[in-house]
Amino acid sequence: MARQDPKKDVVIVGLGWTGAVLGMEMAEEGLEVLALERGEDRDTVPDFKYPNIADELKYGIRYDLMQKPSSSTLTIRRTESETALPYRQLGSFLPGDGVGGAGSHWNGHTWRPQPEELRLRSYTIERFGKQTIPDDMLLQDYPVSYDELEPYFDRFERMSGISGQAGNLNGKTIPGGNPFEGWRSADYCMPPLQQTYDATLFADAAKAMGYHPFPRPGAIASESYVNEYGMQLGPCSFCGFCERYGCYNYSKGSPHVCILDALKRKPNFSYKTKAEVLRVELAEDKKTATGVTYFDHRTGEEVFQPADLVILCAYQLHNVHLMLVSGIGQPYDPATGEGVTGRGYAYQMSGGVQMFFKDKEFNPFVGTGSNGMVIDDFGINQIDFAREGFIGGSYISSGVANGQPIRSMPLPAGTPAWGKGWKEGIGQWYGHAMSIGSHGSCMSYKNCYLDLDPTYKDAFGRPMLRMTFNWNENDIRMTQFMRGKMEEIATHLKPDLMQSGFKKEGAMYDVRPYQTTHNVGGTAMGEDPKTSVLNRYLQAHDVHNVFAMGAGAFPQNIQYNPTGLLGGLAYWAAHAIRTDYLRQPRNLA
Amino acid sequence: MSDKPLLEWTPSRRQFLAATSVATAVSVLPSWTYAAQPDTVPLEQYLPEYLNATEWAFVVAATARLIPSDGDGPGAYEARVPVFIDRQLTTSYGLGADWYMQGPHMPSADPALGFQTPLNPKQIYRQGIAAINTWCEETHGKPFDQLELVQQDEVLTGVQQGSINLGAQLRDFFTVLLGNTKEGYFADPKYGGNHNMLAWSYIGFPGARASFKEWAGQHNVPYPLGPVSISGERA
Repeated sequence: MARQDPKKDVVIVGLGWTGAVLGMEMAEEGLEVLALERGEDRDTVPDFKYPNIADELKYGIRYDLMQKPSSSTLTIRRTESETALPYRQLGSFLPGDGVGGAGSHWNGHTWRPQPEELRLRSYTIERFGKQTIPDDMLLQDYPVSYDELEPYFDRFERMSGISGQAGNLNGKTIPGGNPFEGWRSADYCMPPLQQTYDATLFADAAKAMGYHPFPRPGAIASESYVNEYGMQLGPCSFCGFCERYGCYNYSKGSPHVCILDALKRKPNFSYKTKAEVLRVELAEDKKTATGVTYFDHRTGEEVFQPADLVILCAYQLHNVHLMLVSGIGQPYDPATGEGVTGRGYAYQMSGGVQMFFKDKEFNPFVGTGSNGMVIDDFGINQIDFAREGFIGGSYISSGVANGQPIRSMPLPAGTPAWGKGWKEGIGQWYGHAMSIGSHGSCMSYKNCYLDLDPTYKDAFGRPMLRMTFNWNENDIRMTQFMRGKMEEIATHLKPDLMQSGFKKEGAMYDVRPYQTTHNVGGTAMGEDPKTSVLNRYLQAHDVHNVFAMGAGAFPQNIQYNPTGLLGGLAYWAAHAIRTDYLRQPRNLA
Repeated sequence: MSDKPLLEWTPSRRQFLAATSVATAVSVLPSWTYAAQPDTVPLEQYLPEYLNATEWAFVVAATARLIPSDGDGPGAYEARVPVFIDRQLTTSYGLGADWYMQGPHMPSADPALGFQTPLNPKQIYRQGIAAINTWCEETHGKPFDQLELVQQDEVLTGVQQGSINLGAQLRDFFTVLLGNTKEGYFADPKYGGNHNMLAWSYIGFPGARASFKEWAGQHNVPYPLGPVSISGERA
């Protein structure tokens, strides 16, 4: 028999970026808010303090701050003919857990999508014709426009403390910024960070070739800063321990640094850790939720937490899983193409060119998570989809983030993996390498989706989430296009040696090497309930008092890192809840 | 293990140049170089906490081939990588405690689907070393650690490439061993390897210094300071 706790106005599932944003917005509305976080409590001190945090083995290799597959994982297969197997060790992606979520150990890259990306289906048809869209691609418009979201992008960027250089202020091109970005109502709240040697070499080469380099925008403070909640950031020390680490220096925009201390002071907000939500409970008519049931790891019992409003703020994979096990939205069936929950899982397509210079010193341990210079000359709105034969684009950048030697030891191709040759290689090349990377879009397809596994169950007896995902020809053509452009830039830099790593035709998804934790889709937002789970306010079409934040809402992935978009969407949804939904709870669309 | 050459490690040319040109006192004064850590007995006298004598002899010998002592830079032996591996196996890592280890297991699945063996690292080392030593006894009449160095390299290559087949459940043995060897070489010394930060000094990684604001704008200039560890050692 589950324990039942007193009712709350709002229950929030997961206390990372979006949980903290929604927690603050709902608390400011005067509501009684409870956030349930299944991981540990975390804060700068004691969890990220110096020097303990500068421990590559503990955090960079053993993933101390990440979700442990022993307590939560999923199964993965590439094709429907394969048997999906558990993701037993972390590799390709690293979901966070604990208070702050992945927002505590990210790199801070914070982008807005291009306006065209939010209406990609319409844009593609208008510009290049419907025949450009492959039959198996689920290309959809986001049900909200860039112009509508602009104030919310701006708010998330100011809250999280982004350093950067605007390239388009209210339609006016600003030298030194990204000329291909959507309009900004104001410049970034902090100037760009200083750039390391590799980034400046790349930028100089790109400029000489007629491209338009600009500093990478990121949630890394370039100077002292105070945000709207009175939370303070200090200038980054370029410590070189950013991604996979919490920041010891209060420099990386993170939920605990930017929101949570202010939120915890509100008497109508509370949170519980080690509280793992198992399902959203629905009323008999399935049209509303009555609350959530969670497992209290402290007391070892199930708890029913009644609430008027349920906001899912867990990681994308977990939001999809919760919706599937709770019966929210019809599960996607790839055989018929019907159903929506789990439909349209997408990832990110990236590639890189590595260069080696005998006589250049890069000091790769000097860096920030968002260090780097970027060109967007081959971004989505600059590509002729019809001519190039793919839908998508990439930004291209250079800028070292860390020189941690266990995981960041690029060596020329042909260097032995061990023995005398390896040891000579690390002595010769550590600190003498730089790279150019592409970070690109990944479309959604009929055969890439999330559902419930028929074999593997979690500790609570729930079927595990099952991912079916493989690389698709369209995105491989895109990354091969980038390869050509990037090798030209690399050649311009005249390295002693260079080598490329890009997905080739026929490439199969490999879960072992880290690629990116930009898992998106599965709870797409859209106007049509037949092709989306959420409406334009991130509200479940079928269950109006359930909202779901995060990148699960992306109908297909953008070419950029997802946090800027999902942060803007969180403030957008919060605004709709505060100004409209609470007044008259109903489906807002 | 006593037949392994215990070469004195000498700073690389790069370190030497750095120390004689722009280095501050911190990196050149011998007073900053700590003596051996109090708990560091010579490797020959180290009493393993998990590995038995046969396994220890294998790990000492194998890691000395994966990162040999000759040439510039420390070998796995001087960096005390075997101590790191033995200690790691006594931690939650050795039990695979963070990993999903429930069945059903399909260890023969496509390797791209990731780690699928039912064995944890402790078991992988125990069974993997036994299997390799059995192969060496059957083929050469001696366990791995008593083979000629050239033969040891051939065995490791065979295991790496699969021509010496340990079976599906031990398919990842070489990957685990090589990964742990490099971890022990480069991890903070508090874990038992990277003794006196020799590996960091060799490549020029400053360890846990983790504060370089004034260095972001200094381009193409070698960083002059030696490493520090989490516990405050300097080299």
